[in-house]
Amino acid sequence: MSRSDVLVSADWVQDHLDDPKVVVVEVDEDTSAYDKNHIRNAVRIDWKKDLQDPVRRDFVDQAGFEALLSAKGIANDDTVVLYGGNNNWFASYAFWYFKLYGHGDVKLLDGGRKKWELDSRELVDGAKVPDRAATQYKAQAQDTSIRAFRDDVVAAIGNKNLVDVRSPDEFSGRLLAPAHLPQEQSQRPGHVPTAKNIPWSKNANDDGTFKSDDELRALYEAENVDLGKDTIAYCRIGERSALTWFVLHQLLGQTNVKNYDGSWTEYGSLVGVPIELGSN
Amino acid sequence: MCGAKAGGPELAGVDVANETIIQGSVTRDGEPVNGYVRLLDASGEFTAEVPTSATGQFRFFAAPGTWTLRALVPGATVDRAVVAQQGQFTEVAITV
Repeated sequence: MSRSDVLVSADWVQDHLDDPKVVVVEVDEDTSAYDKNHIRNAVRIDWKKDLQDPVRRDFVDQAGFEALLSAKGIANDDTVVLYGGNNNWFASYAFWYFKLYGHGDVKLLDGGRKKWELDSRELVDGAKVPDRAATQYKAQAQDTSIRAFRDDVVAAIGNKNLVDVRSPDEFSGRLLAPAHLPQEQSQRPGHVPTAKNIPWSKNANDDGTFKSDDELRALYEAENVDLGKDTIAYCRIGERSALTWFVLHQLLGQTNVKNYDGSWTEYGSLVGVPIELGSN
Repeated sequence: MCGAKAGGPELAGVDVANETIIQGSVTRDGEPVNGYVRLLDASGEFTAEVPTSATGQFRFFAAPGTWTLRALVPGATVDRAVVAQQGQFTEVAITV
């Protein structure tokens, strides 16, 4: 696995917009962004409607993921290139989710929608949706070696690397959500004891592209993360930590890294678990 | 697209008393600019980022204290320091 296998530049995407075996997929926190405009021939996956079970707090099951990708016209041997807003937060989440269900060739557009916009590249009107024939997509069972659950997190306290990728103010308990969202929430503020606060944003440049492998490795070494140990990353709902998972697992090639998608909205609502306040 | 609107987005439905709001607009020669605004904390660390609206507006729900707004638009990056207080909304007009 190398960087070029999982990360492509805007130029690369531009050159493959008409390649029928490359499917560009937009996944945004603001699920209406695609309706305004999007990269030509991109399809949309809605992280709320398409990727979550409509009743329980969990993902769609294997059959649901197969139905979704079949309907979107994505085949098992297609190259999927994900991009989105917020420096690829939800595109990273979708990348991790595609890997969870075993898709072979998935890549991120480095810098996502922001980089594309700051380059003043072409975006087509939201109503221009590509016509892709339905497929018979076959997913694999969830690969839970990359997904952490709440009991894994409690068991990891003091034993494994816990990386809290939220902003310092969320980590310390001053804020309960990223600052572009209202702050009224039911759960307790703070962080999992022994977690290190390494905000996701330290992985990225201002334009949303990822820093170099050397810079990334130096970042985690400087924060005293023992990359030889198992690691669990979390944030508030698991999308920013999917970006850090992408860095550690896909770019730096660390083998045992899990994303805790329940993240702070689950952990901060659990009865009786330890919580710490304040900065590292 | 219509012209730039002064100030931040409408506050209808927002719990102003309990939030610490930083909002405003990004304009160039009086016209709204489509781009991004990021919120950096007192140590310069990223806290949040939003795209500007069609009318160039943005809003953050922060905590009381000193912050930096950084506008990222095609061809320009502009920083503005702000001090936010709970129960008040801090209006910032950024020109690029």
